[in-house]
Amino acid sequence: MAFTKNIKAFLNDTGDIAGFAGQFFSTGIKPRFEVLELLNQCYIIGYKSLPLIGLTGFIMGLVLTMQLRPSLVAYGVESQLPVMVGIAIVREIGPVITALIFAGKIASSIGAELGSMKVTEQIDAMEVSGTNPFKYLVATRTVATTLMLPVLTVLGDAIALFGAYIGVNIRSATSFYLFFIQVFRSLSFGDVLPAFFKTFFFGFAVGIVGCYKGYTSSKGTRGVGSSANSAVVLSSVVIFFIDLLAVQLTDLLGLN
Amino acid sequence: MKTQTATENNVIVIEKLCKHFGDHTVLQDFALSVKKEENVVVLGKSGSGKSVLIKCIIGLLKPDSGNIKVFGQNVPDMSHEVLDQVRARIGFLFQGNALYDSMTVRENLEFPLRRHWIAASQNEVEALVMEALENVGLAHTVDLMPEELSGGMLKRVALARTMILKPEVILYDEPTTGLDPVTAREIDKLILKLQDKYHTSSIIITHDMNCVKNTADRVALLLDGRCYAQGTYTDFEHSTDPNIHQFFE
Repeated sequence: MAFTKNIKAFLNDTGDIAGFAGQFFSTGIKPRFEVLELLNQCYIIGYKSLPLIGLTGFIMGLVLTMQLRPSLVAYGVESQLPVMVGIAIVREIGPVITALIFAGKIASSIGAELGSMKVTEQIDAMEVSGTNPFKYLVATRTVATTLMLPVLTVLGDAIALFGAYIGVNIRSATSFYLFFIQVFRSLSFGDVLPAFFKTFFFGFAVGIVGCYKGYTSSKGTRGVGSSANSAVVLSSVVIFFIDLLAVQLTDLLGLN
Repeated sequence: MKTQTATENNVIVIEKLCKHFGDHTVLQDFALSVKKEENVVVLGKSGSGKSVLIKCIIGLLKPDSGNIKVFGQNVPDMSHEVLDQVRARIGFLFQGNALYDSMTVRENLEFPLRRHWIAASQNEVEALVMEALENVGLAHTVDLMPEELSGGMLKRVALARTMILKPEVILYDEPTTGLDPVTAREIDKLILKLQDKYHTSSIIITHDMNCVKNTADRVALLLDGRCYAQGTYTDFEHSTDPNIHQFFE
């Protein structure tokens, strides 16, 4: 019974989020544009997330290298470690881990902020002040997450590769130049571009889910907490679904 | 008890207003009018639909049926653009103040100005912000964050923000709820002072009888979704109707 109820709630949520996303395209990105608020959100969502993305990226690159080394040594292809790590980070792990960390930080923050604004009637106050709250709050945040996540992913990948370079040098000596030459020679546009483009969709998902959860938050502090929590869970699940679709699509297009 | 009819002197005329939430009827054929420079207090128990009423007037909620004519225009029929123009002439004081907690007091007051008066220069905006804060005696809080203010100060700043566009009509949603009696009386005095200064008309939603006594030109009792009775505070005070009398016990 509870399972059926959960499935029903999930399907209802999915339908409502699709409607919310539709509203974003029908009204959210039409003039008048809230350019100043968009820039402010890009600063908060992008620039202020950089230390966290950088730190996790560095650790991810370092740990991945250290974990891969024994297997490669066993097969006698330790020299291929930069290639292996480079492809893994750029094609899959970098975008997905960055998106998940980003969802954890930003979707919860947007969900809690908008939920709190909803509960304390700040969204109504905004509407009374002649402002379309959907444009001011939802459109700006969603556009900011859509634009900032690809940038953060590129930076996160670069820092992860630097972490991998440190990881390689823990057990052996490889020059910075040699490491990155090996990484870049192994990568093609077919590796980089699909991985880069899917991060726009990841960013959009984080923004729209976070905004939806906050904007439709129920009354009370419990409702705000629940919005923040479900924004992270749902956006993380959506990221995996988009990743699955993206991999299938690139496979169909022969880009894998 | 009097029955109000629509006249040219009315700034707000509400006729046969109905609003339901699911099976729950909140407003049923509600009627009320507000004259120029008149303070009408809508009295009612908690959950009687008072807040729903003023949210319908400002267009935050759409009624199921009925007319809400503000300055002669029917709110439910307005386009978003027209509604925004009308909203610039109406102030709304929220029950919980609804100050933007990520903005300073100055930014909170500037927000509606920037939205409605896009062409205003920085000097004009600054002068209006300071005038609004001086009206409520809080000019020194201009650079503070809302979290640094007390409950009474928050209410005053919210009132300053409500008044900053010099609205012709102000809707107060329980302006004294949650305040101590002394601060509540100060807010009552401010409401009267600002009305006297800017010649505004008001609808004040409350169940605070001291607020009713201090501010009301006319009182309307909202009961079972209808305007059950209207009259002056004195009429209500001397009423033997148990539905009215219970507010004075």
